[in-house]
Amino acid sequence: MCTYITAKVDTEGSGKGAEGWFPLTQTTVYFDHPVHAAAEHTLNIDFRNPGRGAGARVAVELTAETARALAKAIMETLDAVPQDLT
Amino acid sequence: MSENDAFLSATVRITGHGGAEIEAYAALLQDETARGGVVVIHHLPGYDEATKEIVRRFGHLGYNAVMPNLFWHDAPGAAPDDAAAAGRAKGGVPDERLVGDVAGAAEYLRSLPNSNGKAGVIGFCSGGRQSVLAACSLPLDAAVDCYGAFVTGDPSTIQGHPMRHVAPLYDKLPDLHCPLLGLFGADDQHPSAAEVAELEQILTKLGKPFEFHSYPDAGHAFFMVERPAFRPAAAKDGWERIGSFFGKHLSA
Repeated sequence: MCTYITAKVDTEGSGKGAEGWFPLTQTTVYFDHPVHAAAEHTLNIDFRNPGRGAGARVAVELTAETARALAKAIMETLDAVPQDLT
Repeated sequence: MSENDAFLSATVRITGHGGAEIEAYAALLQDETARGGVVVIHHLPGYDEATKEIVRRFGHLGYNAVMPNLFWHDAPGAAPDDAAAAGRAKGGVPDERLVGDVAGAAEYLRSLPNSNGKAGVIGFCSGGRQSVLAACSLPLDAAVDCYGAFVTGDPSTIQGHPMRHVAPLYDKLPDLHCPLLGLFGADDQHPSAAEVAELEQILTKLGKPFEFHSYPDAGHAFFMVERPAFRPAAAKDGWERIGSFFGKHLSA
């Protein structure tokens, strides 16, 4: 099914897209049919800058297992960093 | 082989919701024999190669067909997957805009020199619900719903998450203008067998003409040949039923 659920996160950072690096302003997260990945549904993340047009996007389509492992790795990495750096 | 089976498949511009010019993909028969037309509604992930192949299949079946790019409004000129992402970030395709785009697509088909004046609609996945929505809102001649979720049912109950931007069509079903063919996978949860049965009951009570088929050993998206959900037997039978249904209702 098309889940229709989309989470949005205000974003500060940069991403490298088809035309090089650009500043990011928004990230959308959703679980739906992928465009390219060989799975029925994937956790899709679009790192975007709508002000620079729809093409200013870094996209990933991850299996649910990969997405959970990635989320865990992100939290573990941040937790291991000295607090004064974050 | 027939001598008049040549069709042109091409990107065209049509007038969509609010008079806006939008991109669409069409299969246009090249002879003068009057024939029906089919509006193809793509799924939420966008205006993609798989659905363009379906448009070409309708050309092969002898229909003029056109698929509006429903995300064109969100990012005119962008790559289809980028436009879909932009539309997704805005919450998907609003129902009113969908109806406007399908109206424009049907008008495009009916204005073709070899149109017999009839136009049907077919949609897959989220497009299945949108096909029913269009058939309740526009003077179409036939509609096909391929496993569209939330024609009936309550989106807010899904895994505790509210399903934003989409509502069931209970209040619109009394306005269904044309016969409806529904093709579903028996193992699908969205729509579930109970939701399909509820739709069947409602249409029966309303006296609306419909024909539903649920395929065993098939789930959601069984027509999609490049996805794990593809089920050859269900897809083969489904295409035969689509051909028969449109043959009956879109002929002159």
